[in-house]
Amino acid sequence: MFVQQLMNGLILGSTYALIALGYTMVYGIIELINFAHGEIYMFGAFVGLILVTVLKVPFFLAFLLAMAASALLGITIEYLAYRPLRRSSRLAALISAIGASIFLSNLALLIMGSTPYNFPTPFEAKVYETPFFIISRVEILVLLSSLLLMIALTLIVQKTKIGKAMRAVAQDKDTASLMGININKIVTITFAIGSALGGAAGVMVGIYFRTVTPTMGLMPGLKGFVAAVVGGIGNIPGAMLGGILLGIAEVLGAAYISSQYRDAVAFALLILVLLLKPSGLLGKPVQEKV
Amino acid sequence: MISPYYLQLIILVGINTIMALSLNLIIGYTGQLSIGHAAFMSLGAYCSALLTLHFNLPFIVSLLGGALFAAFFGILIGIPTLKLKGDYLAIATLGFGEIVRIVCLNLEITGGAVGLRGIPKKTTLLWVVLAVLITAFILNRIIKSRIGRALIAIREDETAADAMGINSTYYKILCFGVGAFFAGLGGGLFAHYMRFLHPKSFDFMKSIEQLCMVVLGGLGNMWGSFVGATILTVVPEMLRSVADLRLLIYGAVLILMMRVRPQGILGESPANGGFKNNSYSQWIQTRLKKSLRKRSGSDKT
Repeated sequence: MFVQQLMNGLILGSTYALIALGYTMVYGIIELINFAHGEIYMFGAFVGLILVTVLKVPFFLAFLLAMAASALLGITIEYLAYRPLRRSSRLAALISAIGASIFLSNLALLIMGSTPYNFPTPFEAKVYETPFFIISRVEILVLLSSLLLMIALTLIVQKTKIGKAMRAVAQDKDTASLMGININKIVTITFAIGSALGGAAGVMVGIYFRTVTPTMGLMPGLKGFVAAVVGGIGNIPGAMLGGILLGIAEVLGAAYISSQYRDAVAFALLILVLLLKPSGLLGKPVQEKV
Repeated sequence: MISPYYLQLIILVGINTIMALSLNLIIGYTGQLSIGHAAFMSLGAYCSALLTLHFNLPFIVSLLGGALFAAFFGILIGIPTLKLKGDYLAIATLGFGEIVRIVCLNLEITGGAVGLRGIPKKTTLLWVVLAVLITAFILNRIIKSRIGRALIAIREDETAADAMGINSTYYKILCFGVGAFFAGLGGGLFAHYMRFLHPKSFDFMKSIEQLCMVVLGGLGNMWGSFVGATILTVVPEMLRSVADLRLLIYGAVLILMMRVRPQGILGESPANGGFKNNSYSQWIQTRLKKSLRKRSGSDKT
């Protein structure tokens, strides 16, 4: 039973981790909490839903297209709401981000209505039993694809030239631009990658929980951010660790304390971590932040 | 006399003005982004309502009790979190707001998901007007005092303020406590006017609405809070037919205001930084000139 709970936490946590990566990458580059990230996640879920149900696109193609569409939305938000404010105060940028978040979620409410949509499962529900836990095909898919995306992200950041440029911009914007790095281009790419991961998480949660609503971005968005802070914001392995820890803490809290306080567990964990180690679990030792 | 509809509108404008004024002290004057202000309002509302319901205390006592209860939590949450800077503080206040909402939703004494019913209606126009005037007076006195100058110094540059010997943590906690006190007062008035409380009335969107009032009216401007609260209370009433658009407009207003006029309708200085270059340095210059003139004048005589 306990192992089963751990497994459930791991699956939930891997989606949080994907959301947290988007927050952490953006924060690492421009030191801004992208409040609209939860809405990008919601947008990804809706694009996936529409592609699969209305346009009958094959599931894996829909998954990739939803990621691409989310990336585009992320770039647009950055261009319209954040770029004009890059030289102004951080408070102004943060308020603009909150505005973008409210605008997008209410736009979605207006267009899609408030009734939840049913997300079709890509394949028949098959369940595998092991001695310790039961896992369904969808759960394996969620775990594997988030693992793959995280590996891909790590490779991009560590091994490619763009990744190197991203790390340079995160360390010192002015010096990086003196070295001939186009800051705007790198910020755009960062938003694109982070948003694509958020969109991917949206589709996965869609097939995992089977429902999609316009307001679905608020809570997971907040929790993704909590995960990023718990792991150490601006730190990529930290976001992965924070997401998985948060998922496990939430599932265990719901199982052993009280399911009504499920959402409070995440925020209590946040405040606890902020008090004990404000820089997050992996915050200090790793210097690079993307 | 005034029709009940307009009376209700005026009372809500008053309560929202108190909320905006108290939030303005935290965001506009001290530069600490708090996005959980509705939590303090709900603490004050529930506490004062329960004091009235269970102990049958006079209205003023339960109002003050609710406000003190909120202030207590403002200080309690302030002590650990105000060591955090900027974004981390915003997130901590958001987390605090969510925890308060979830706890209110699950406690028995607050009525849980059903809500708290049967609160006697004690808030009248007179109470609200008095409360607004007292709040505005006290906050104005605080801002014009040494404390207010310390708060503004923290907003302008916390490191520099620390270097000047301002205990920034102390002043931030003080500002949080005072802000939470008046938010609790507003909550108490709200509870005894609506006669019904539900945690949903104090969710994240409520905090955002209050943030909008402050930003729209002008960060760091008392009259701005009044203007912002009035606009954001009256305009949605007039736009009842397009109520669905309300939050959409809020979002757009926040983005556009930050782009076009980050200081708000009445704000004199930008949210941060601009103060240094414009009015503040001018103020110092005129002061210097005046004192120089005085000195040269006294030399002649």
